[in-house]
Amino acid sequence: MTRLRAIFLAPAALVMGALFLAPLAIVAAYSLLTRGAYGGLSTPWTLENWARLADPIYGVILLRTVAISAVSTLLCLVLGFPLALFISRSGSRKNVYLNLVILPFWTSFLIRTYAWMFLLRDTGLINTALLALGVIHQPLPLLYNDGAVILGLVYANLPFMVLPLYATLERLDKSVLEAAADLGAKPWAELTRVTVPLSMPGILAGSILVFIPCLGAFLTPDLLGGGKSIMIGNVVQNQFTTARDWPFGAALSLALMAVVMLLLAAVVRRKGAALL
Amino acid sequence: MKRGLALYALGAYAFLHLPLLVLALWSFNASRFTVWQGFSLGWYSAAIADTRLVEAAANSLLIAAIATAASTVIGTLCAYGLWKRNSFTLSNSLYLSLVTPEIVTGVSLLAFFQWMFRYIGVRLGMHTVILAHLAFSIAFVVIVVMARLRTFDASLEEAALDLGANEWQAFRRVTLPVILPGVIAAALLAFTVSIDDYVITSLVAGVDSETLPMVIYSMARRGVSPVMNAISTIVVAGLGLLILASERLQRR
Amino acid sequence: MILELRNVTKRFPGHPAVDGVSLAIEKGTFFSLLGPSGCGKTTTLRLVAGFEQADSGDVLLNGRRINELRPYHRNVSTVFQNYALFPHLTVRGNVEFGLRRKHAAEIDSLVRDVLELVQLTGKESRMPAEISGGERQRVALARSLVLAPDVLLLDEPLSALDPNLRKQMRSELKSLQRRVGVTFLFVTHDQEEALSLSDRMAVMNRGRIEQTGSPQEIYLRPSTRFVAGFLGAMNWYNGAGIRPESTRISREAPDNGARSLPAIVCSAVFLGNCFHIETRLAGGETILSEVLRSGEVFHPGDEVHVWWQAADELLFPHESP
Repeated sequence: MTRLRAIFLAPAALVMGALFLAPLAIVAAYSLLTRGAYGGLSTPWTLENWARLADPIYGVILLRTVAISAVSTLLCLVLGFPLALFISRSGSRKNVYLNLVILPFWTSFLIRTYAWMFLLRDTGLINTALLALGVIHQPLPLLYNDGAVILGLVYANLPFMVLPLYATLERLDKSVLEAAADLGAKPWAELTRVTVPLSMPGILAGSILVFIPCLGAFLTPDLLGGGKSIMIGNVVQNQFTTARDWPFGAALSLALMAVVMLLLAAVVRRKGAALL
Repeated sequence: MKRGLALYALGAYAFLHLPLLVLALWSFNASRFTVWQGFSLGWYSAAIADTRLVEAAANSLLIAAIATAASTVIGTLCAYGLWKRNSFTLSNSLYLSLVTPEIVTGVSLLAFFQWMFRYIGVRLGMHTVILAHLAFSIAFVVIVVMARLRTFDASLEEAALDLGANEWQAFRRVTLPVILPGVIAAALLAFTVSIDDYVITSLVAGVDSETLPMVIYSMARRGVSPVMNAISTIVVAGLGLLILASERLQRR
Repeated sequence: MILELRNVTKRFPGHPAVDGVSLAIEKGTFFSLLGPSGCGKTTTLRLVAGFEQADSGDVLLNGRRINELRPYHRNVSTVFQNYALFPHLTVRGNVEFGLRRKHAAEIDSLVRDVLELVQLTGKESRMPAEISGGERQRVALARSLVLAPDVLLLDEPLSALDPNLRKQMRSELKSLQRRVGVTFLFVTHDQEEALSLSDRMAVMNRGRIEQTGSPQEIYLRPSTRFVAGFLGAMNWYNGAGIRPESTRISREAPDNGARSLPAIVCSAVFLGNCFHIETRLAGGETILSEVLRSGEVFHPGDEVHVWWQAADELLFPHESP
């Protein structure tokens, strides 16, 4: 059996080694090289790219990224919790409602982002409708700002929040809630004093599952932020394409990766949960 | 509170689904502008007549087909091997590849291919895109097949060995047929993530390998056009059908 | 000896599942391994089937050591507790699974014969999900028997059936074994099953074999307190064991030299063919007696004498009570 298992694992090991781990190792090596003429790479080995991460220009973008991700995560939590609560309390139709949350998540991410451009732009549906109704006389600047980016991130990542929240709410011992009601807790008090505290594991898992993709977002700030509301992912892409400063781009992407892994490690350690 | 919650949920579902529904509806709008001027299929015929779009769609389908076939075979064998006995290094690289931001995966593959270019003359093109798609879709396949294997009764395999089948025959004649719905579902998932990818693809694509998402992206950057609405609707409807098929298979 | 285990030990992390087990099974016998759950009987079976490898000791089939052989190289076959029928294959597909290398005509006649043997003719094209529990068990039996194994290993095959069906399948299993003459190694935790089916049996406890013998020997002359207590009810008095059916109750003390003790009736339960009467002795011990229906009738509170013949006492001088 061991031999068959080895044969079965070999192709995947080869692909993951050659096309995932080796590229990461090369990026790690690049992050220690110097940018050469015409965007090439050259020695000497240096730590300068890593030092540049502390540069205020990038520090600001890093902070923006964290801030936008945090606000998006918080909004997902606030918007997702009642929805998860609704699904967990909807009896036999639970699965239908749950699938309705998952469904848009499976359709093209690019197109879902584009759908918001269609709605938000100056000549988009919302502005056209408001102008036609006479509510406004000038199109509202809905697209190409932080608000649009946060909207896009919330829209894209809401399912990641709702699923773990639903999973914990579903497992919540019904008798605890009945006991709370029995002890005189009004619905609101029951929610804030019993349900929310008991669903902390789901809140934590959902927040991490939303926060991590937000940190690495590229398409959403690119299309909905329109170059005015950029995040760290856009800087990485820019270093590898337009700016052609690969060593610095490499340092940036590894820093991003390190933050993601630290966050995950913290959660896995705390919850001891396997991700797979 | 119950009614309030239901009303809220209605709003939340509208938030999740209306943008795409409205987009699809407006793809049938006769007018070039956002104002509704009657039903028309004009933007669909315009989309089909666009050779750049059609070529990109053909590229996307070819890439997704090859990457899916390869990642389904490799990922299924891998899931089976890991189900037998876990491998710490391999399963952790798979998790890691799932949580790595796409942009990081993309630039690292770009750096890797560019480095290979120096030594063995690899140029960016269809093959690099296919390799990249293979790399990021294996983890999805492993997860779906592994989920199916968790409910697989290991005594079926012991029974096969007991009745004279060797390990390979037991896998081929018993385990694989039993988990087949999960494998097909995994293949459909791999296909959808492959056909939808923009970030990684755009970084490792060459001049001959423009994919549908790359065309959609560049059109979206230039602004909103009714043709875009039509293409989007076609893609979303196609993906929707695939997902429905996958769901049905997984439930079997 | 068709199957022999010599001092076989298998350790799992933390505990020995099978601890120095020796067994010798003659060709054509119905041999049962009886014991409580977790006693190592299933592991012993899996060691014979080849799903587990012994840490030490020898497993011999027809005198040949088979410790290192893979399951598919051992001419033994297993009927699994849950039957493990292949859900994607028909009844016929399951039965012919192991017959791959033979000619089609030969396969046809073998499958036809075995299905007739287990009375499944006509159900060839059903899927496992479409047949009853009893039929599933017969498919599992047919699938193994068609390969003419030296030993058929059965892992609690009756436990998945409902009680009525279980009694019926029990007698079918016995007559099937008589007809085909294949050696059966049958694992069970049900003493009634083991006693009624076996030619010979072994009682296991904590990875060890406590006693091997015919059902009668084991029931009537248990060699350890564990065996005595595990097979049937047992009264304990001064370190001796007395079966309920060996105790008698009467109003007066008997004068036949039997051991007699005054007691008070606690309860009398009517079981159809007999009464179970529980009495309490002066020292507080309770004694269960099985009393024939035709005899005297007793009621709770009655002052009686409980007595038995000294010859019926089971003694375990090597064990402390």
